[in-house]
Amino acid sequence: MQKIVLVIVVLALLPFNVFSADAGKRGYEIAKEADDRDVGWKDSTAQVVMTLRNKRGDESVRENRMRSLEVPGDGDKSIIIFDSPADVKGTAFLSHTHAKKSDDQWLFLPALKRIKRISSSNKSGPFMGSEFAYEDISSQELEKYSYKYLKDEVVNGKDTFVIERIPEYKKSGYSKQLVWIDKEIYQPLKVEFYDRKKTLLKTLTYHDYKQYVNKYWRSLRMEMNNHQTGKSTTLAWKSYEFQTGLSDRDFDKNALKRMR
Amino acid sequence: MFRAITTSTLLVCSLAYSQLGYSEGFSGNVSAKMSMFKNEAVAENQDDLYSSIAFQPKYTYVWDNNRQIFGIELFARVNESLPSTTDIRELSWIYSADDWEIRGGIRKVFWGVTESQHLVDIINQTDFSESFDGEEKLGQPMLNLAIIQDWGTLDLFVLTGFRERRFPDENARLGFPLPITNGAVKYESDSEDRHIDYAARWSHYIGDWDFGLSYFYGTNREPGFVPSGNSANHVVPIYEIIHQVGFDVQATIENWLWKLEAIYRDGAKDAKSAEHAFLATTAGLEYSFFDIDNTGVDVGLVAEVSYDERGDASTTPFQNDSMFGIRLALNDEQSTDALVGVIYDNDGKGKIFSMEANRRIGEDFKLTLNGYLFTDISSADPLFYSYGNEDFIEFELGYYY
Repeated sequence: MQKIVLVIVVLALLPFNVFSADAGKRGYEIAKEADDRDVGWKDSTAQVVMTLRNKRGDESVRENRMRSLEVPGDGDKSIIIFDSPADVKGTAFLSHTHAKKSDDQWLFLPALKRIKRISSSNKSGPFMGSEFAYEDISSQELEKYSYKYLKDEVVNGKDTFVIERIPEYKKSGYSKQLVWIDKEIYQPLKVEFYDRKKTLLKTLTYHDYKQYVNKYWRSLRMEMNNHQTGKSTTLAWKSYEFQTGLSDRDFDKNALKRMR
Repeated sequence: MFRAITTSTLLVCSLAYSQLGYSEGFSGNVSAKMSMFKNEAVAENQDDLYSSIAFQPKYTYVWDNNRQIFGIELFARVNESLPSTTDIRELSWIYSADDWEIRGGIRKVFWGVTESQHLVDIINQTDFSESFDGEEKLGQPMLNLAIIQDWGTLDLFVLTGFRERRFPDENARLGFPLPITNGAVKYESDSEDRHIDYAARWSHYIGDWDFGLSYFYGTNREPGFVPSGNSANHVVPIYEIIHQVGFDVQATIENWLWKLEAIYRDGAKDAKSAEHAFLATTAGLEYSFFDIDNTGVDVGLVAEVSYDERGDASTTPFQNDSMFGIRLALNDEQSTDALVGVIYDNDGKGKIFSMEANRRIGEDFKLTLNGYLFTDISSADPLFYSYGNEDFIEFELGYYY
């Protein structure tokens, strides 16, 4: 009897398992294709205006500048310089992300001229009081998630792959993310974030894609809506530049002290 | 690209961008402060309430494809019932090449990792007239060459011109226990405040470990005190020539920060007030709970112990003390944060309770609230005993631009 049950269970699971392994492989391949198409951008600089909105619609604005450096074989490096609000002006956040081990992060406090190494265990906490968590703004390395292809869907008239990705790194605030990837440019159009209780927490939509250096697509407006709090954040990017000649030296602790 | 931005544009815009991402132009803050003391002053000319306005304008100019930066930062505090203070906090030029940087002028340099005191941080003089916690520093004239290699950064300093420590005015609260003779100062070196000091620091990080090894030769930033001779109680600060080796390290492992600072200082042969050579250390740890219950709130627990071989002859209050603190960051739109802590004298029973809270108001203002309580301060504690009567709270409202 037990054997029969086992056989039935195995038979019942078999097609699903085959499908699941296949879906996992396909999901990874889509993510890898997106990653491959974005190789070779070297470095970029941009200004980003963050608009925070609460439930009542009150807005507050933060202006930052961001510089990023592609690191072949490891996670990217980035510096975010805060320009407003004025009381945090000159504060700079340096991040060396890693594909497999935890990221290295430093904060420069201009009033004290002090550089502080900070814990990168804060993944799910809000970045600058916004609806973007630290893990949302950090470099999205391929190895940071496991993937599963779910289905094809049309979003705003565009054909997309819908994939599920599950964070492989520790202390993520998410149980899973659903990503709608544009089949033409292999960039996300929408991401749904599910909290640790598996409830829908936030939706991120990408708008105004623009191509740089005839190759690299960047969204110039991102909208993050928190369904549980009613708050939202808009990231508006401008003055994107690629291959400006930045090097490792522009992303070390000495560079942090030079930020103005 | 950068040269297209004209000077007049810079003057008009409080914040201008160059294409590579440096901001420049005018910025700064103006802040009003009010300090209220719980107990009536002991000295005749002291008050229970002090108010002041501080101005801190800054200007930055960047050129040569971001290789060169000029910066100026001035400071002035206008007090209602005390003399005003001013300082040039920064007047500097930086030239940055691929594997070296040269930085000249008046600057501020911070070394170290701990919170309760900053043992290895020796380049800049402390301004105790500005705040009694020793966190405010005066600008230091210098020439600094930084050599930046795979093995870390080597900073070499020539420090030209010594800045005397600033103490609170005699009519201010939280004053020095013994009256300091106005304007009188003694130096061990015949060159007095023109003695040229030298410093070097090697700093690097490997994985989770950030560390620095430093050396300083020159005029001690911490004075000893000798009787003035002409008045019974009055003292005169004396600045010795010292050698100091410093070491600081921080390990950042998941939610933990492990910190250590240590110095070995060798004083001058004819020093009158201190041991010739001694060790001092501060060690501590910090544990953070991030995004508690998905609220975005962080809570950090901080503990540090300090030890100074000189014991009661220490020129700092940290001869054998412990500090415990709780840091709270709401990570809200107003960047609300608070730090409550206690410093406990392991030898006596003295305790200093402190509270500091900050919150942005609108986009351009920030409100700060500070409070200190001094309890069981022993008359044997050489540097704290005069604080027993000085419990206070302080409000500061700053406008930032």
